[in-house]
Amino acid sequence: MADLMLETKNLGISFGGLKAVQDVNLQIKKNELYGLVGPNGAGKTTVFNMLTGVYQPTTGTFYLDGEELKGKSQEKINHKGIARTFQNIRLFDNMSVIRNVLVALHNRPEFKYTPFDAMLHTPRYYDVEVRMRDKAKEILDVFGLLEERNNLACNLSYGTQRRLEIARALATSPKLLLLDEPAAGMNPNETAELMEIVKSIRDRFDLTVLLIEHDMKFVSGLCDRVTVLNFGTTLAQGTTAEALNDPEVIRAYIGG
Amino acid sequence: MSRFIANVRKVFKFKYIVNWLLIAAALVVLILLSNAGALDRSTTGLLSKIAYSIILATSLNLVVGFLGELSLGHAGFACLGAYIGTFAAGLLRESIDNKLVVFILAMFIGGAVAAVFGFIIGLPALRLKGDYLAIVTLAFGEIVRNIFKNLPMFGGAMGYASKTYNQKELFIIAFVAVILVLILMQNLIRSKHGRAITAIRDNEIAARAMGVNVTFYKLFVFVIAAFFAGIAGVIYGHFTTPILYTKFDYNFSIEILVMVVLGGMGSINGSIISATLITIINFELQARLSGDLAAVRTLVYAIILILIVIFNNAPALKPIKERFGLSGIKEKLLAKKANGATAKEGRNNG
Repeated sequence: MADLMLETKNLGISFGGLKAVQDVNLQIKKNELYGLVGPNGAGKTTVFNMLTGVYQPTTGTFYLDGEELKGKSQEKINHKGIARTFQNIRLFDNMSVIRNVLVALHNRPEFKYTPFDAMLHTPRYYDVEVRMRDKAKEILDVFGLLEERNNLACNLSYGTQRRLEIARALATSPKLLLLDEPAAGMNPNETAELMEIVKSIRDRFDLTVLLIEHDMKFVSGLCDRVTVLNFGTTLAQGTTAEALNDPEVIRAYIGG
Repeated sequence: MSRFIANVRKVFKFKYIVNWLLIAAALVVLILLSNAGALDRSTTGLLSKIAYSIILATSLNLVVGFLGELSLGHAGFACLGAYIGTFAAGLLRESIDNKLVVFILAMFIGGAVAAVFGFIIGLPALRLKGDYLAIVTLAFGEIVRNIFKNLPMFGGAMGYASKTYNQKELFIIAFVAVILVLILMQNLIRSKHGRAITAIRDNEIAARAMGVNVTFYKLFVFVIAAFFAGIAGVIYGHFTTPILYTKFDYNFSIEILVMVVLGGMGSINGSIISATLITIINFELQARLSGDLAAVRTLVYAIILILIVIFNNAPALKPIKERFGLSGIKEKLLAKKANGATAKEGRNNG
């Protein structure tokens, strides 16, 4: 199928004798909003870590837009078009908001200059720096962060830090955006706002989004399809309404 | 061309060049004094010491303050520069008559050899962290100086006697080197490459996830820092004879680290000021506490360092500092940074 953005085939990883994740088969279409849900410890973040090269899968493989990315380094995978946010926010705390985004713009081909251009401040350096800063401001504007651009990232409120993390991930110009519990710690207003943002950036930046979330309202309001994981295996898969109403899924979440 | 000027206007800030402009101004005054015969040999010697200390401290700050890796082997790079640079200068003197040209070439050769070793020491830095890397770099420094101790062509334990140049000329070239090194270093920090380096320090996992090539930048910083340290070593080697391997022991590495820590991690200006101060304090102590008093020299030095640290941090001293208008300088600077215009580079970590 040519219109698949992400395809995983029997993706799995073992830590010693512990099979953390087994046989995950995802097929995510272009521009889809896809959810990955499951109880705590189900292996959702482990899947993200495999897709971004933090862990190397021990079984199976995965393809981004038809290209196999298994075994590639984190940097390489990011260059190929997968960007992520983290469950526990990992911003560059001591940098200003705009510098956080500038770091992420680093690898775009239109912003290339060598360390020697930098040290000698050649015309190329000035040209690229000016364009980079304009681009960073443009991205911050989408997330309503333009006014905050000179504040240190660690001084932002929790919800704003989450938004900055998404902005930063987007700055790497990904095809596939992985959001790890984007709504965690947000109040209902912020969550509703975030849903609008995710939808709008999907359209504006031509993105495919895979997200982990515990807030079922958020998932059902946003995702077209979901995969439910439990103890590292796929419990259910399909359209959001179907999968979330599956008796197995309800049992896994509530017990019984 | 007009576009280039417009771009420069958007990015450039006067405060970026204040530090080396001040050094350049000081250099002009010193040259005038020197021509008037107001500087004696010991003063020009001190000036050369200040010059190489500034280069050593700022280049180590690249590794410790900006990349966030602890290196205790910086003296090893200076040692390489000192021996190789002066040795190369001795060879070059046979074919090139111009002292200045020989000195500049020697700086490049000494720096390049140190940079090669910077690359080699950068390789374990990719796998080791914190204390472990500190131990490896410490061992590196000791190995380098002991190799030179045992090489007969460098005079062995007796030291390498080179033909030194007139110290009066030397301090001028040394300060020009300081200015050039500062310009290159600050330009690097205020670029996307500098941002990538500080991103690795702030959060390596996030930096990787943002596509920053951590391997490349770690090696790059080690190479650049070693190159500059090598240049500092060549300056040292040109006004000291004989060059003794004992100079480059771990105490010297620690002294450079002390300059960086006192000046503030990630603050180039702090490194410049503290390198200058510590070199002057050392020099004065050596001049004043000689003979019977030499035994208490290190004690006095240690007490001065402790006082500086206390003055930097003690909350009890706040009222006193306030009275003299010294308090809150750092806070004011931070507030200014938070509210200031875009692109606040060369961040002071405090």
